This record gives sequence, structure tokens and C-alpha cells, in this order.
Amino acid sequence: MALLRAEHVTHYFGGLCAVSDFNLDLEQGELVGIIGPNGAGKTTVFNLITGVYKASEGSIQLNGQELVGRKPNAITQMGIARTFQNIRLFKDLTVMDNVRIAYYNGLKYSPWESLLHIGRYRAQEELYTNKALDLLEFFKLDQFADELAKNLPYGSQRRLEIARALATGPKLLLLDEPAAGMNPREIEQLMEFILWIRKEFSLTILLIEHQMRLVMGICERLKVLDFGATIAEGLPAEIRANPKVLEAYLGEGGDQ
Amino acid sequence: MIMDNTPSSTSTPVSKGHALLERWKMRWDRIANNRKIFPIVLAVGFILSILVPKFGLVNEYVQLVIIYIGINIILTTSLNLINGYMGEFSVGHAGFMAVGAYVSAIFTTKLLPENLEAIYFPLVVLAGGIGAALIGLLVSVPSFKTRGDYLAIVTLAFNMIVKSVIENIEVIGGPRGIPGIAKLTTLPWTFFWTVLAILVIRNFVYSNYGRGVQAIREDEIASDLMGVNTNRVKLLAFTLSSFFAGVAGALFAHVLQFISPKVFDIIKSTDVLIMVYLGGIGSITGSILGATVYTVLLEVLRPFGMWRMVLMPLMLVLLMIFRPRGIMGLREFRWLIPGFDLYALKYWRAKKEVSHGTPAS
Repeated sequence: MALLRAEHVTHYFGGLCAVSDFNLDLEQGELVGIIGPNGAGKTTVFNLITGVYKASEGSIQLNGQELVGRKPNAITQMGIARTFQNIRLFKDLTVMDNVRIAYYNGLKYSPWESLLHIGRYRAQEELYTNKALDLLEFFKLDQFADELAKNLPYGSQRRLEIARALATGPKLLLLDEPAAGMNPREIEQLMEFILWIRKEFSLTILLIEHQMRLVMGICERLKVLDFGATIAEGLPAEIRANPKVLEAYLGEGGDQ
Repeated sequence: MIMDNTPSSTSTPVSKGHALLERWKMRWDRIANNRKIFPIVLAVGFILSILVPKFGLVNEYVQLVIIYIGINIILTTSLNLINGYMGEFSVGHAGFMAVGAYVSAIFTTKLLPENLEAIYFPLVVLAGGIGAALIGLLVSVPSFKTRGDYLAIVTLAFNMIVKSVIENIEVIGGPRGIPGIAKLTTLPWTFFWTVLAILVIRNFVYSNYGRGVQAIREDEIASDLMGVNTNRVKLLAFTLSSFFAGVAGALFAHVLQFISPKVFDIIKSTDVLIMVYLGGIGSITGSILGATVYTVLLEVLRPFGMWRMVLMPLMLVLLMIFRPRGIMGLREFRWLIPGFDLYALKYWRAKKEVSHGTPAS
């Protein structure tokens, strides 16, 4: 059975059709890319999967459980985590707190215990703090643990965002333009990094990207969106040769 | 975070005054880092709060000002939870205060026999807090859907509703209010409730629920997507905040000895707002400082008569220009941070070293 299945997902903003008849079957362990020109509806697809928007039509299922109509935090709890196109860290909180917040799901003490710092509070806090720091060490961010997130360099902020997403314990990770603002060398490193976290955390990854170099390099399958519609899908090599894709990216008659 | 106090080896000659300043700074750091002093300060404070009224160490007027400082600290800390930590803009704090004041005053003036009032006073204050908390629970519901300016309007409307409702209930005096409330708010009780409010709100902030509240301030959608149940966390924050506003209201009623709806209008809410932003958002230390500085300044400026209401706002304008985040915005005095949280990184590194057997280079 597919891990994530989207069937005939359609979404309207007012009268504008942002995504139309989007279908996706994502198997456990796959790395799939969604590409398309600006405004093609890629990020809207992510917002629909994670529950930020409620799909106007269609169904999205994770392991056979319907996601449409659930709140974002409930969907995160089911095992989907994401990063954002423009970094959305908790800027005025420390790096450690950014990650600790993501453990909210597994919280096992009641508000009463938190008010008086009694009962399970101490043991749980210690557990999550140490888990967060282990994760930060894994991402080579532990030396920044006490820094405010906004003071980190750009690349580290990107890594922290992924670390924070992984702290929620996802099965499926959605990466929204992870290579935005990176130079070719950094992109090479990022490609290795994505493959590495997929192995280490046994993840299924769905990513949106503009950088052809990155998607062609690591994605096993690609989907191409244009004006909300799926215009092509298949192996990277097939996509590269697809005239429709070239047209969408380069305009009509763009095939050399 | 431990300050590095080793003298710098720069070749620039250090003036005598500068050296003295450095020495005082070192001393201060030593005090601020020694967390064992904190319980001692609390104990001494409590003993003083009993001794001062008993032996009349300071006059009645100063005692009264101290009680007001305590009440204002409770109000400021609790409002800071919403306006500072959660980043919303609630302007109806006096509404919750009114509920607490009226509930407790009804108990002491109408329901309890006179000779038992003093004994039951802590329970009466608690009842005032619970009454306000229940209303806070209701007010938190609009906050699930509404944010920013719109929520500010909701809380403003709430403040007006409370005032109008009280004005229209004849049994509790209507617009004339409740006179003749016994003066039950003593210095020790004020001290007790102030410390309780500070510690409980501190504890909440340094738990994952409290971090969820702060995540909402930073980015509500991102916090929702990281699994924070934003509705639940908002409900907790509003309830806790209004509980302590109610407690402050109850204490206020029993020191003023007379309450009327007019006392709890928007002006009172504004006072609390000023103290929050003066002290600094997202800081308990700031709330304590803000409430103290504002209360004391209002008293000090009393000789200026009506002019103090010009001078005081002028100082606020200057503060906002030169220090827009208030005295302690988003910073905390080390005594108020739970030791476990303060040294988490140190503990973790120590644990690593033990398990690996090699010191980190």
C-alpha cells in the first residue's frame, strides 16, 4: 500500500483554480520531486497535504487514513513534517527551544504538572532536552544550542529547519525548495545531505525544487505542475526529454 | 551562561573608575550566578512582610504602596503571558480583575459571617481567581479564530461587557458598587500570592506548553505544523492569565475596601499594559521591574499634581524610542530560569564526555 495517496485533489482560491486533479502515489522510502514554474501550485500541494488549506475536492490519505479536514497539528502527529520555502523558524527562541517545541506531540505531562514542575515534568523535560541536543549534534548545530535562531548563518538555519521537522518524528518529510539561495557547491552538499537523512531516519521524501541540478540528481520520480495541472510525470530522464515540460519552462517553440 | 571575568589583556590603560565598575560587575555576576541565594531572598522577604506591619517598621502609606506593587506585579506578569509570551494584544485585563474582585467581595460581604472572613480569606481569593479563570476560558474561544488587532477588539469589548453587566445587576450594587469591604489584604498575603503568581507563570513558560505559547508569537502556522496544539495552548494561557488577574482583583478589592464598575474600566487595563511594555515583553523579570518602577514613579511624582499624568507618559514615549522592547524585553534574570533549563547544555556535554570517555576538543 502506498504511504501517501492523493486522489483527484483540487483546490480553488475564490474562483481561481490553484491545483486541479492532482494525483500522487508515494511508496515507503521513495524520493519524489515536484517541479514547475513559479505559481504552478507546488507549495499549495504541500499546504493541502499538511492541512494548512482544506482541499476543495478529492482525498489525501496517509497509510489509508484520510487527511483532508484534519488540523495541521493532527496531521503532523500522524507522521508528516515539512520545511518552508522562506525559512520559518521561531526566530526569537533559542536553537534548542526550536527543536524542543517540535517534541510537543509526545508530551507526557499534564498542564498541572507543568505549572508546579512536579510529577513527570522533570524526567520528560530532561528526556526531550537531551533528545533535542542529540539531534542538534547530529546536524552539527549543538555549538549553537543556546543562540537565538535568528543569529544563525543562513545555511545553518536551513539545517535547523530540517532538524526541527525531524524532531516531530515523521515518516514523510516534505521539503519546500531546500536549495533556495544556495550556490552550486552548497547544492552538491545538500544533495548528499538529503540522501543521508533519508537513510538515517528511514524517511520518504517529497520535495519541491527549482534547481534542475538537484532534482535531476537525486529524485527517483518527478511530477511537473503548470498552472495547477499535472503536465508530466516519470523518471528524470523522461522529464528532461518531454516537450511539454520544455514548453512550460521555456515558452512555446522553446525546444531546440 | 557564565560570564568570562578574566581581565582583558588589551594594552589600553584602564581608568580607575572603569576598574571599579568592572569589580562591581564581577561581584554582581557572582550574585546573579549563585542560585542558592534565591530561596534565601524569598524567605527573608516573607519574614520581612510579617515583621514590617507588626512592628511598624515603615509607615502605613509605604506599606500600602508595597501592597499595590505586589498586586501590580501579579497583574503585569499575568498579562505578559498573553501580550508578551503569546504575542497577542489583550486590552481587557481589568475585566478579569473585576470578576475576581466582585466574586471575592460578594463572599466576604454577603456570604461569609464576619468573624470567619480572615480565616477564609485565602479561599476567597482563590474563588475570585477561579471565577475569572472560567471567564478567561470563554474569552479564549474567539482567540482560536481571531488574531492581532481583531482579538484586541474582542478583549476590549469583553472589558466593556463586564463593566456594563456589573452596572446592571442591582444585587451587587449596580453602578454604586460594593462598599464596606473588610481590609483583609495584608502584606504577608500579598507577598505569598505575588510569589505564587511569579513562580507558577515562570514554571508554565519553561515547559513545553509555555514554549508552544512562545512559538505562537513567533509563527502560529509553523508552530501548528510542528505539532503544537495551538487551541489547547491558547486556552491554557488565557485561563492561567485570567486566574491571576482574578487573584489580583480579589486582593485589590480587599485593600481598596470599596469597588465599583468604574474602577475596572479601560483606563485600568491601560495601566497594566503600560507596566507590561515598560518592563519588557516576554520577561518575568521585566514584569516585576515594570510594575515596581511604574507604581513607585506614580507615587514619587504625586507632588506634581496633574502634571504627573503628563510626565509619566512622556517618560514612556522616551522609553519606547530608546528601548522599544522595554527594560528587559525577551531577557530573563538568571535566578528566574529553572536551573535544569539554564544548564541543560552543560549537563548534556558532561553526559557525552562520560559516555564517550573522551573530552570534547
